[in-house]
Amino acid sequence: MSKRIDVEHLNVYYGDFLAVEDVNINIEPRSVTAFIGPSGCGKSTFLRTLNRMHEVIPGAYAQGKVMLDGEDLYGRGVDPVTVRSMVGMVFQRPNPFPTMSIRDNVLAGVKLNNKKISKSDSDALVESSLKGANLWNEVKDRLDKPGSGLSGGQQQRLCIARTMAVKPDVVLMDEPCSALDPISTIAIEDLIHELKEQFTVVIVTHNMQQAQRVADKTAFFNIEGTGKPGKLVEYDDTATIFQNPREKATEDYVSGRFG
Amino acid sequence: MSTNTLQSSTSPARKNTLTSGQRPKWLVPVVMVGAVIVGAALSALLGFNIALWAIFAAVIFLIAAPIAVTVIEGGRKGSDAALTYVVYAAFILAVIPLISVIWTVLARGLPTMSVEFLTETMGGITGMVDQRAADSGEHPPGGALQAVLGTVIVTFWATLFSVPIGLLTAIYLVEYSNDNWLGKIITFLVDVMTGVPSIVAGLFASALFGLMLGPNTRMGIIGAIALTVLMIPTVVKATEEMLKIVPNELREASYALGVRKWRTILKVVIPTSISGIASGVTLAIARVIGETAPLLVTVGYFERVNLNAFNDWMATLPTFIYQQLMRPVAPTAPDPSTDRAWGAALILIVFVMLLNLIARLIARAFAPKTGR
Amino acid sequence: MSTNLSDTERGQDDKQQTSSLASAASAGGRAGDKIFSGLSLGAGIVIFVMLAAVAAFLTWQAAPVVGIPASSVTGGNGFFSYVYPLVLGTLMAAVIALLIATPIGILVALYISHYAPAKVAKPVGYVIDLLAAIPSVVYGAWGMTVLSPALAPFYNWLSETFGFIPLFAGPASATGRTMMTAGVVLAIMILPIITSLCREIFIQTPQLHEEASLALGATRLEMIRQAVLPFARTGIISAIMLALGRALGETMAVALVLSTGGLQWSLLTSGNNTIAAEIALNYPEAFGNRLAELIAAGLMLFIITLIVNLIARTIIARYQEFSGAN
Repeated sequence: MSKRIDVEHLNVYYGDFLAVEDVNINIEPRSVTAFIGPSGCGKSTFLRTLNRMHEVIPGAYAQGKVMLDGEDLYGRGVDPVTVRSMVGMVFQRPNPFPTMSIRDNVLAGVKLNNKKISKSDSDALVESSLKGANLWNEVKDRLDKPGSGLSGGQQQRLCIARTMAVKPDVVLMDEPCSALDPISTIAIEDLIHELKEQFTVVIVTHNMQQAQRVADKTAFFNIEGTGKPGKLVEYDDTATIFQNPREKATEDYVSGRFG
Repeated sequence: MSTNTLQSSTSPARKNTLTSGQRPKWLVPVVMVGAVIVGAALSALLGFNIALWAIFAAVIFLIAAPIAVTVIEGGRKGSDAALTYVVYAAFILAVIPLISVIWTVLARGLPTMSVEFLTETMGGITGMVDQRAADSGEHPPGGALQAVLGTVIVTFWATLFSVPIGLLTAIYLVEYSNDNWLGKIITFLVDVMTGVPSIVAGLFASALFGLMLGPNTRMGIIGAIALTVLMIPTVVKATEEMLKIVPNELREASYALGVRKWRTILKVVIPTSISGIASGVTLAIARVIGETAPLLVTVGYFERVNLNAFNDWMATLPTFIYQQLMRPVAPTAPDPSTDRAWGAALILIVFVMLLNLIARLIARAFAPKTGR
Repeated sequence: MSTNLSDTERGQDDKQQTSSLASAASAGGRAGDKIFSGLSLGAGIVIFVMLAAVAAFLTWQAAPVVGIPASSVTGGNGFFSYVYPLVLGTLMAAVIALLIATPIGILVALYISHYAPAKVAKPVGYVIDLLAAIPSVVYGAWGMTVLSPALAPFYNWLSETFGFIPLFAGPASATGRTMMTAGVVLAIMILPIITSLCREIFIQTPQLHEEASLALGATRLEMIRQAVLPFARTGIISAIMLALGRALGETMAVALVLSTGGLQWSLLTSGNNTIAAEIALNYPEAFGNRLAELIAAGLMLFIITLIVNLIARTIIARYQEFSGAN
């Protein structure tokens, strides 16, 4: 399953501080969208509003609409927990649960929610998720070993498998390769190409080459100065953003003049 | 300079600007030996004994060694040396009582230790019995079984009360309060609670139950309440620290899977920190298991086994020790009572040390799991 | 969920989806969140209630003291003249303990943080923790049967040599079970508190300050004076205050060691008493007015230690703000 995301007039605050101002963006299903921009421009903050993860930080809140196939994530009575099971997230640093085996890590979303699942169903889910994350062949013989024993790149793919096992509609990735070596990064990028057949993928990256390699569309965020809110400057096909941007700031950034 | 290098290349005992003016290596050991000899002589003058000898030798060394260094290397180095030796002396001074206490407990407790001492009570041990035992010099009669059982029971109840309260409070402080005013007040109160004197905790529990059940009520459970007051802050502090070191990334990973906060805490945060929490709780138990004063005013003392914490007086190891020392069974022949006191002290120390050891083992055995 | 759904279909779909976003099942899970956060908050409130109850019940049970005629109070001269020697005795024991434990405690902390080689420092820390692990009643028993007789000849010499000072006036106790011995035992018991708190502070001394000092050619003593002590001063004071709080409330060391009696200046004879020991010694047999007297004395002890601890905590809190700002 894959759903479209439509964001209308979204403002994000940390207490009194306006961190991201007036974002409007439409993200197509079964596509990869990259958010790029200098650090502190609010791209990660904005990404976290797409599954209401920013609410974990005390004092953070958002105003505006985020529609997932037309339903507002911030509508009345919507539980952020339900949102997060529909919109999964992969983090900057791989964070498998250290007390769980590889298998249990994949099943974490199911088990932590105390859902009943039969042995055969769970075996099937583990296999399909790990295969989906291109990790099955590397770990199938040691599913009961702790997940923290894997290499960094394997851990990150385990985290992606864990996210896929919950069967979300959208997968958000917050700089998923920034803590990884180049080889692991290529593995993850290959995986992202496959992921978009099933999911809507949104990825934050500070690496412009990566955005060009993986993304169908790219959004450029910028900040005018410290203390000012971050804004969405330009959103278009990746090729357009990198070769023929409309905005001067985008051109300066993608050509490496700042950031 | 050049002459210096020449010198050092020619003579084996080289002298250069970096090492000149330093005290010879033998200086301090020689002063030490001198201090020991002079100390022995001085203490012999006053009537020789080892303690006096040690004191004299130490004092002489602490005065003479810095002076010797000063003469050779100057005042700055001299005072530096003085502090160094004083620091080492302070450490030795601090360890002496520890060694003495442990030695005394072993030397006087071990002879009392026997199957009999661990399996019998003080029921039927009258002054006459003790007097006879003292006269014939035989093994002190009676035992501390009732005290061992009482200590286990009272500590068990105290743990049962304080662990859930302490654990949940720590969870509130770390996971829910976000440093709000309520969290700050509770942190402050926990700190205040740490400072409540143990006897006051005992008075509180006694006053509380005195109002409900009449004054001078004594029950195991009252003592457990008193110990709970003393134990909660330790449990809160230990748990709080352990919860704080669980990386936030794990909580976020769990939230991002659509897991609720309370399940995240129960299934991710606590399992990750469980070894630290368990070891903290064990240390808290070790701390209260030796508390005497609160039990004296809440549980009292009893010669026989009483397993019911909700009815009547009860013996515990600390009050057993206190009772045997302060109110010997045979006032004219206190030796068997004193022996029993040291026997009980040995059991108590073994309990405490075992708990400390277990705490360390738990912390070590599960440590790799928390670190990545 | 393809994009070519008709409007009506989409509308229906929206309804279903809205109900899935705010479904009843998740409301059940929400209740779990509420219950759990409520429980943990409740536990925090229990602590508040408990402390309030300590103060309230002690006050309640001590209140009858006000109504007792002066002649019926122990000593026959009213509650104040009964309790003030106990308060003075408590302070006396605590001051002796602090005078002994503070310098040694700080020096041992320095040893661990700046002198001992890294391999030694850790076991030494364990050894000091062991000092804290030994139950107070064992210290009391040791003070009573080992330390007291060992110190008796020393007291004898002290009173003969320095007897003109009221604190050391003779005749010295033959058993050695005096205020001085009680103070020494207390000192041993509070030593680990001072050491472990000071050690933590000393370790936190900014490495840069230490290196700056050493780079200027300072000896270790000078480095400690220039970099460590100024940084640690407030921390040391609060450590001493916390240790004072413990010394004031410690019962067994005094109850077992001291052969108690009326107030007097000499530390080398039997006599004097502390609030905590007075309660421990007399509470088991007390009833009626005597009970109220002892609880009132306990309340005073509670208040005194509370004040001492509050001061210590305030210092620590301010100190943390200060170091956080830097």
